[in-house]
Amino acid sequence: MRRTTITAAVAVLTLATGCGSADMTKQASPFANARGSKTVTLSVQSWVGAQSNVAVAQYILEHKLGYRVDTVQVDEVPAWDALSQGRVDALLEDWGHPDQEKRYVTEKKTITRGGDLGVTGHIGWFVPTYLAKQHPDITDWRNLDKYTSLFRTPESGGKGQLMDGSPSYVTNDKALVKNLKLDYQVVFAGSEAAQITQIKQFAKEKKPFLTYWYSPQWLFEKVPMTEVKLPPYKEGCDADPAKVACSYPHTPLQKYLNADFARSGGEAAAFLKKFRWTTEDQNEVSLMIAEQKLDPQEAAKKWVDSHPDVWKKWLP
Amino acid sequence: MATVTVPTSRTRTAPRLLKNRAAGKLLLLGLVTAVLLPLLHGGPWPDDLTVSLDKPLATASDWVIDNRDSHPVFLYFLGHVSNAVIWAVRAVYLALLTAGWAGVTVLGALTAWRFGGARLAAGTAAAFLACGALGMWVPTMQTLALMVVAVLASVAVGALLGLGAGLSDRLDRALRPVLDTMQVLPAFAYLLPVVLVFGIGVPAAVLATVVYAAPPMARLTALGLRGADPEVLEAVESLGATRRQRLLTARIPLARKELLLGLNQTIMMALSMAVIAAVIGAGGLGDRVYQALASVDVGAALAAGIPIVLLAVVLDRVTAAAGDGTTRPRTIGWPYAVAVTVAVALAARLLGALDWPAGWTLGIAEPVNRAVDWMTAHLYSGVPVIGGTADWAGHFTTWILDPVRDGLLWLPWWSVLLLVAALAWLIGTWRTALTAVLAMAAIGVLGVWEPSLDTLSQVLAAVAVTLVLGFATGVAAARSDRVDRALRPVLDVFQTMPQFVYLIPVVALFGVGRAPAVAAAVVYALPAVVRITAQGLRQVDQAALESARSLGATGRQQLWQVQLPLARRALLLAVNQGVVLVLAVVIIGGLVGGGALGYDVAFGLAQGDLATGLVAGAAIVCLGLMLDRVTQPTDRRPRKGA
Repeated sequence: MRRTTITAAVAVLTLATGCGSADMTKQASPFANARGSKTVTLSVQSWVGAQSNVAVAQYILEHKLGYRVDTVQVDEVPAWDALSQGRVDALLEDWGHPDQEKRYVTEKKTITRGGDLGVTGHIGWFVPTYLAKQHPDITDWRNLDKYTSLFRTPESGGKGQLMDGSPSYVTNDKALVKNLKLDYQVVFAGSEAAQITQIKQFAKEKKPFLTYWYSPQWLFEKVPMTEVKLPPYKEGCDADPAKVACSYPHTPLQKYLNADFARSGGEAAAFLKKFRWTTEDQNEVSLMIAEQKLDPQEAAKKWVDSHPDVWKKWLP
Repeated sequence: MATVTVPTSRTRTAPRLLKNRAAGKLLLLGLVTAVLLPLLHGGPWPDDLTVSLDKPLATASDWVIDNRDSHPVFLYFLGHVSNAVIWAVRAVYLALLTAGWAGVTVLGALTAWRFGGARLAAGTAAAFLACGALGMWVPTMQTLALMVVAVLASVAVGALLGLGAGLSDRLDRALRPVLDTMQVLPAFAYLLPVVLVFGIGVPAAVLATVVYAAPPMARLTALGLRGADPEVLEAVESLGATRRQRLLTARIPLARKELLLGLNQTIMMALSMAVIAAVIGAGGLGDRVYQALASVDVGAALAAGIPIVLLAVVLDRVTAAAGDGTTRPRTIGWPYAVAVTVAVALAARLLGALDWPAGWTLGIAEPVNRAVDWMTAHLYSGVPVIGGTADWAGHFTTWILDPVRDGLLWLPWWSVLLLVAALAWLIGTWRTALTAVLAMAAIGVLGVWEPSLDTLSQVLAAVAVTLVLGFATGVAAARSDRVDRALRPVLDVFQTMPQFVYLIPVVALFGVGRAPAVAAAVVYALPAVVRITAQGLRQVDQAALESARSLGATGRQQLWQVQLPLARRALLLAVNQGVVLVLAVVIIGGLVGGGALGYDVAFGLAQGDLATGLVAGAAIVCLGLMLDRVTQPTDRRPRKGA
């Protein structure tokens, strides 16, 4: 009896601790490549633009190239980590994460650049255009404190409310408010969906609001907004996150691929590297998804059917 | 899930004795405060008493990321754990896919038939087919694969721990408080530590699930082994059986019922967690719900939520039937069941119908969204007289949540500690009071006093609503058999649903913010409170009721003066359960704009900022401990795992 126990324990220990090393940074998703079909795992971020990229890429991979596509909802920063470990194969829209890029692309070389997405992103502070028409000087950050009372809400505690969206987005707003000494409170809506709902409600009643927002974004078609000028962006002025006092840069959005996938991912990797479209294209799909509430795959099908000249160039 | 046993109340001399002792306790606390008061100042927790863990935690997180592919601990131990999980999940997933939808459905139905008869079998088959019809077959199988692995691991770990605790008194004493505490912690608090080590992905999800789901198995195994009839054991011993023979032939078989109840609870908790773990990359159904919630697509969330509920109900019923132990008519042997499954799977494969046929799906997202749009357009705001749901949510926020939060924040920090101490000591012992106070103080030391009180205000508001509704319904159910019968199936279904599912409808009704988080918490905690209340009232000593009746007490007098006081312990237990369950959901409410600690955890996960997330997670643990101890009657009873 005792001997059996010892043998069993040793066996378990050997199994558990090692007949060799196991690098857990090189493990694919257990759901990938099931039954011999070639699977690509794409990470989706929560904003609609990212959903559009993934929807179109997925549609073409599945229907034109014969892959099976898994999508996983991961926010940007964790997506870098997942990408480095090979748990997702590609990140199609990154808004600039220099720390992660340095760590994974330059140092560890587990992620490679996948080229431009073709869309240029810009983050900023926005007020609705109807408000900017009433108070033309509101579009300069120096005058924002004059209008604090317009932006007061129950959640902002006596200050003006600057509405931010999802916790996962790139934002310096807390530091900006502090460093520009504005009488404002950053209030997080919790998700982009919540923020959009809120903006739409404000716009319906033509109420003033100040919000973190970004382009390209389909909502501009529904609620025209004007950007508030912050101190101009200079290279490196956002290097120290605590001391940022300048506006956000214009970022050419980037694609990133897992290094192994980029090497041995065959047609899928080649296709994802070539994937490149314009702001208008992306917005077209985004509007179908967000406003007409089409299923992302249906929206992608509509776009693919009507723009063969664009996507034919992406095929390997 | 498990039914909660409620002992009948003690003798009637207890209250007076308690009152005197209570006065003494309060006096003592008052004295202590009076002595300390000159040293203390008001306002929220003072800064000089906080310890910032941001730096060390950020360093730790960086270290893990930098050394994950080189350090021996990762290469030779954690890497293998992670590999084993991935390998196992993949194996199960491939097996499920190979069986195809037909094979899995048939196997499920046959298993249900074996344990619970034809009706259960039909229900199981219908449930699986519904999952396919909703277009969720593959995600369902992913969740199922993850669940199978997590449940097997939990059962192995739990049974091992339970065996130890069942046989050794010392181990039992050491394990019990740990297991008790683990059961009151919200699922969200378990996610971050595993993410720190394993990164986002399936291994982290499975391990978090195991940690969450193993405790009930351990508890119930120990309970079963300890509860074995001593006479039987003596008889076996007198026959000259060795220790091992006694264990294998008497104690374990005698504990069968508890073991199967443990399995049932473990499965339910694992399902609940496997869904929440979508936040850390578990994939499957939870991921679909999470994706849909991110874009407030209620229809899509529902399409993924329904299979979760179906899976939960089926698994619960089948394991409950297995644990029932009643003799069943001979149905079908295992060899036949396997043979039929293989035959069906082969047939499906030959027909080329392994995947769920694309034409057979039912798009419910669009009609549901249309209904939701209609609801938001008509019920959301501006309904004459009663106002819309959004108006209610707004009023609830400004009239109840805000004042409670502001009040709590206005209270000097030491008076919060004092309140906690007084409450915990009055209901429990000095030991529970000490734990509660230390937990609350730890929150202050961690530097998250304000968000924690924000969360606490939501919990308090939700608990108040839950108790009012729960006690009212419970009383109605206890007094009328018809109400009881009508409620039972509803409560059954509600109790088996994973926490995540509750977020979907509240977003549709109340928009985003703190109010929907509270609403979800109320709905989640209500069934347990109703059940315990009704059960407690029903178990009140019939003789006492009879004598009250013979003295001419009216129905109302009977209720207020006899039943409710006598069921005091059950009511306290209901409060305790309500608080624990509410906290779990209020935390998840961070995903729908609940803010506070839940948001911090979500933020930590989203930004990879583990320092923020882990501190918030620790604060949640402390808050859970505090709330449990403050409402905990002196001795413990089994609880609904959640």
